Amino acid sequence: MSTDAWIGGLMESLSGAGATAEQAPGLSPARLIAIDPGAWGVLGEVAARHGCRWVAGWGEDMGESIRINACFEKAGAYLLARTAVPRAHPVLPSHTPVFPAADRPERHTQDLLGVSFSDHPDARRWTRHQAWKTSEHPLRRNFPVSGHPPEKTPPDHQYPFLLAQGSGVCEIPVGPVHAGIIEPGHFRFQAVGETVLNLEQRLGYVHKGIEKLAEGRDAEGLARLAGRISGDSTVAHAWAACMAMEKAGNITAPPRAAWLRALMCERERVANHLGDIGAMLNDIAFSFGFYHFARLREDWQRVSREAFGHRFMMDCIVPGGVAPDLPPRFIAAMRDEARALRKQIGKLMAIINDLPSVADRVRGAGVLKPEYARALGCVGYVGRASGMDSDVRRDAPYPPYDRLQVAVPVHHYGDVNARARTRLEEMAVSFDLIEALLAGLPAGPIRAPWPPPAADAEGLGLVEGWRGEILSFVRFGADGRIARFFARDPSWTTWPALELLIRDNIVPDFPLCNKSVNGSYSGHDL
Amino acid sequence: MLRILGKIQRLGIITEPLPEPDRAALEQVGEQLKARIGEIFGGSLAIREVDAGSCNGCELEIQALNNPYYGIERFGVHFVASPRHADLLLVTGPVSRHMEAALRRTYDATPEPKLVIAVGECGANGGEFGVNYASCGAVANVLPVDAVIRGCPPTPLSLMLGLLEAIGRRRVGAPGEKAD
Ligand code: SF4
Repeated sequence: MSTDAWIGGLMESLSGAGATAEQAPGLSPARLIAIDPGAWGVLGEVAARHGCRWVAGWGEDMGESIRINACFEKAGAYLLARTAVPRAHPVLPSHTPVFPAADRPERHTQDLLGVSFSDHPDARRWTRHQAWKTSEHPLRRNFPVSGHPPEKTPPDHQYPFLLAQGSGVCEIPVGPVHAGIIEPGHFRFQAVGETVLNLEQRLGYVHKGIEKLAEGRDAEGLARLAGRISGDSTVAHAWAACMAMEKAGNITAPPRAAWLRALMCERERVANHLGDIGAMLNDIAFSFGFYHFARLREDWQRVSREAFGHRFMMDCIVPGGVAPDLPPRFIAAMRDEARALRKQIGKLMAIINDLPSVADRVRGAGVLKPEYARALGCVGYVGRASGMDSDVRRDAPYPPYDRLQVAVPVHHYGDVNARARTRLEEMAVSFDLIEALLAGLPAGPIRAPWPPPAADAEGLGLVEGWRGEILSFVRFGADGRIARFFARDPSWTTWPALELLIRDNIVPDFPLCNKSVNGSYSGHDL
Repeated sequence: MLRILGKIQRLGIITEPLPEPDRAALEQVGEQLKARIGEIFGGSLAIREVDAGSCNGCELEIQALNNPYYGIERFGVHFVASPRHADLLLVTGPVSRHMEAALRRTYDATPEPKLVIAVGECGANGGEFGVNYASCGAVANVLPVDAVIRGCPPTPLSLMLGLLEAIGRRRVGAPGEKAD
């Protein structure tokens, strides 16, 4: 359970910096503080001294000023700090010097809102390629959603990649179009022989303007959009967005809806872990394992479709509850299914764990040191395989997890093997949860009425998706329509980890290491 | 090793005939497909999948075509790494403006004759994203498109039927139009 004792200490350290506590029930479990822009850098330093994790940062054009938010967490308690800079001169100290986790998010805010972070160590553009000009900022109010795109958007060019020179150093550019059936992004490797000296990522290729598109949508429209931030996490993102909207409107989804949401979310977790374990085995050319895990995933998705009408359960979570109810026969059917799957995985892993050729590839590959995971604020299985003991379901529990025991597997070695083991153990936890959810599923309605939330009402959603903690923020404008929506996919925290964990590995191990992390491009690029 | 063989033997072949209502249609399209692949592509159809801005939901279902239930390779269809090896581009997503140039280049790198299939609601009409400062919307707004496969995402079965249908319809040797 969360303990927010540290927030008092932090506020004391900030006295004299103009920090004041504000009331914002919709933003619970986070406590809201307002602070002078001049003290924003001090806030970062103090939060770092208190051992906080930098969770997310986003901004909003408020007209005369631009509002900037940064969210911190420690021991399951969240703090949302807020400041404002004049629109005419939007300059603010950066948190990146003390929190590497703030690096790309601040550059995203720079590109989309035109805020400059004065002492940011790396102010290169990040999300922006060539679809809009340096002088344009899509999330400013006066920027139309249609923008002013050129007839044909030129490819990104002159991005100042880091260079490595010297005899024997060669550069390998990969992407944006990759070899497999996967998402696009660019990787720039510097290698000596087969060994990776450095990897630099260039993302943003699938930026679709999600934050801008959210503006003016009604609640249902936002839930649909959030369900398409990252298709593999459609349940978790839709849930986080609905949770944020519900908190803003002080609307509570009925208990049955909360339990069904969790059932879907655990099913999504299992489906993705199954698929990825198979894909990792494929990347080490162990096709037996790949085909078996692909088979199990397919079986699982078919049941999701039978029960909820969609193989990914897309659009099943709606504002105020869930769209489909669970037909009664699935209570027994899903319980038996989970038990059978647990057994099947056990049998397969007994075979796989016995093979030295598998162990040889996954052990010691792609090590993410715990200190790096901490500095980058890595969440989900990537963090947990490197000693970060966190899980929103346990640490800041939301219904129905406030009524359930959630075990959190943690490993410390941080290699591909540790990530795979974490994921296998997480599936076992999901099977326990699925049984408990089915056994305790409350009766009653599945959707609450939706009186449109008041203008200016804000809400925060925090959900443990299969990749880890998702943060979702909404502020309503007039007529129950969205004024601002921001979603921080866990991939923001794990993409930078991939750059570090691949160093000193051989280039041919990149697909395996990448898959063991499996960041979402779409969830990151927005 | 023995345990692996044992497992393989016990499980047997799970690749399925397609569900009854679709079977007749599929048989018919399948026949056409085989004939067409034989005529146009020398017996094997090579697909380059391009995610041009998808949410990745479509990718998951395209990947599923390779799982043992669908086993699309049995129809002579396989996914290739380079557009230079491809007969057909399977394009997902609303085309993000940041992927527009890469998509055009992929198209140009694909030898004639070639087909383009737009996948998903997004590929067909822009889906939830439409046309905006960051998105070109439908694939057809960027490339000449021969066929679309609708759905959000289309299930593996509808992908398979859509693919077979698109190829069955294709006129032999029709030169693809240029993208530019
Ligand atoms: S059609 Fe649906 S699943 Fe496919 S990319 Fe678009 S939103 Fe995602």
